[in-house]
Amino acid sequence: MATAATPSVNDALVEFLLRTGDNTLILGHRISEWCGHSPVLEEDIALANSALDLIGQTQLWLGLAGEIEGKGRTADNLAYLRDAAEFRNALLVERPNGDFGFTLMRQFLFDAWHFELLTALTQSKDPRIAEIAAKSLKEVSYHIERSADLIVRLGDGTAESHKRMQDALDQLWSYTGELFIGDAYDDVLAEAGIAPHPASLKDKWLAVVSRTLSEATLKIPSSTFMHKGGKRGIHTEHLGFILAEMQFLQRAYPGATW
Amino acid sequence: MYAQLVKTDSDRVRGLDEMSAEERAFQERIDRGEKIEPKEWMPEGYRKTLIRQIGQHAHSEIVGQLPEGNWITRAPTLERKAILLAKVQDEAGHGLYLYCAAETLGVSRDELIELLHAGKMKYSSIFNYPTLTWADIGAVGWLVDGAAIMNQVPLQRTSFGPYSRAMIRICKEESFHQRQGYDIMMKMAKGSPAQKAMAQDALNRFWYPALMMFGPSDKDSVHSAQSMAWKIKINTNDELRQKFVDQTVPQAHYLGLTVPDPDLKWNEEKGGYDFSEPDWSEFFDVIAGNGPCNTERLNARVKAWEDGRWFREALVAHADKRAAARIAAE
Ligand SMILES: [Fe+2]
Ligand SMILES: [Fe+2]
Repeated sequence: MATAATPSVNDALVEFLLRTGDNTLILGHRISEWCGHSPVLEEDIALANSALDLIGQTQLWLGLAGEIEGKGRTADNLAYLRDAAEFRNALLVERPNGDFGFTLMRQFLFDAWHFELLTALTQSKDPRIAEIAAKSLKEVSYHIERSADLIVRLGDGTAESHKRMQDALDQLWSYTGELFIGDAYDDVLAEAGIAPHPASLKDKWLAVVSRTLSEATLKIPSSTFMHKGGKRGIHTEHLGFILAEMQFLQRAYPGATW
Repeated sequence: MYAQLVKTDSDRVRGLDEMSAEERAFQERIDRGEKIEPKEWMPEGYRKTLIRQIGQHAHSEIVGQLPEGNWITRAPTLERKAILLAKVQDEAGHGLYLYCAAETLGVSRDELIELLHAGKMKYSSIFNYPTLTWADIGAVGWLVDGAAIMNQVPLQRTSFGPYSRAMIRICKEESFHQRQGYDIMMKMAKGSPAQKAMAQDALNRFWYPALMMFGPSDKDSVHSAQSMAWKIKINTNDELRQKFVDQTVPQAHYLGLTVPDPDLKWNEEKGGYDFSEPDWSEFFDVIAGNGPCNTERLNARVKAWEDGRWFREALVAHADKRAAARIAAE
């Protein structure tokens, strides 16, 4: 088997920033689909608020990715002019919304991971990353507080809500493993003290998730099979449709100013 | 305006000398410019009319999320997406303040929502028009929020305290929305020929529906006269429509766009524009449920409500369990 050359710190940084920004972009897109359709007005407001936070974070992460890449691409260029294979988000965030419980479970599993990632990134040796992480962490601390609270209330609500939440967990669990799998890029950044190794986030994440799920009377599925591919640009069929919608205007009217 | 054709239950406006002592004292307070607060005595007609008006206004904010929400996932830049998300979130917030104001009159948010879903309450006719292009998002901000502001700025002085306070909060945000909408129009009107055509097309489609927002002429309407006596309506529909046209036409010219009204012209004598009336038969069709999007809009709201029932029930069940556990522990 051929061994790939160790990537440069610069290449690793760009890759990492795309992964981080693509996660927030695609999840922000997904939850914005709920606007005006959620079960209660307060949830419309809260989800729009989370989407807004995630899109704001996307602008920062992708903006920095473009800057470090040095090819003159802006955050908008990266969001609107890459095709699916160039996207680096985890498969978890592109899962379709399902019912409101499914959306909240996806959010919770992501928020718990996002919180640990950002907490670690505030210690990054790259001050640009530490700064974005600190700003994002304020927002994400609220996201996880909110989603964990709702998971408990819905898991331990009615028989129907319990079943819906357990089904959601069963379907989503196999998309969480990818968040903790590292590759050569992650090794380089961990070595340089720029970003934590994904595997190092697993224990804390699992502790928070287990505690909340048990309070919600929900059971973590016993299957250990995990889907993966998003970080390498191998996505599910859903991402193409997200991009077709999201990128429509930029593709249909190339070069226009909006 | 977000409340149209609000009925009052009055067949004529009565003079002070025809009122009971209570009613007279109430009307005199209003005439002096005092605010009426929820716990204070008020005529039943005043209370009922306000519930209709505030409820209709609240429903309009909520249904109004749909035509704009339609473009959030397709917004052309990250910044435009963030601005639109924030706007739609504001509109949901406006709905919330207004439902709270209505609740002070003794009707719950859930009751009002059930009435909307049963077709027994209305929302503004404007939200039954589709948003077909990105320029429509600009046109909605510019014209629809613009028309809403025309109506809502005077309502900051309305006689009912909670409604007045809700309007004061809402107006600040609406003027942001209008500026952001105008900014979208500006970019498109100064953009490529295709963008400019899109902007003109949006103005063509939204101009008359925006004029309809103020409702048909009500200078001879008993309901309007009664509402004005109660200061829950401050201007006639025609006055507001005229102000709106006078404000908007120069803005359209600045964009280099043509208002789709060949008879539009400046009238020096009245110091305002003469303009064509919208097609009121179209307005009454839309109000009767036959606008281009009535069915979709209402179905979307009903679906959200029905699909979310399990969610709302679960939150109540959980709160009950917590309360029971607390009592057991005491
Ligand atoms: Fe509003
Ligand atoms: Fe608005």
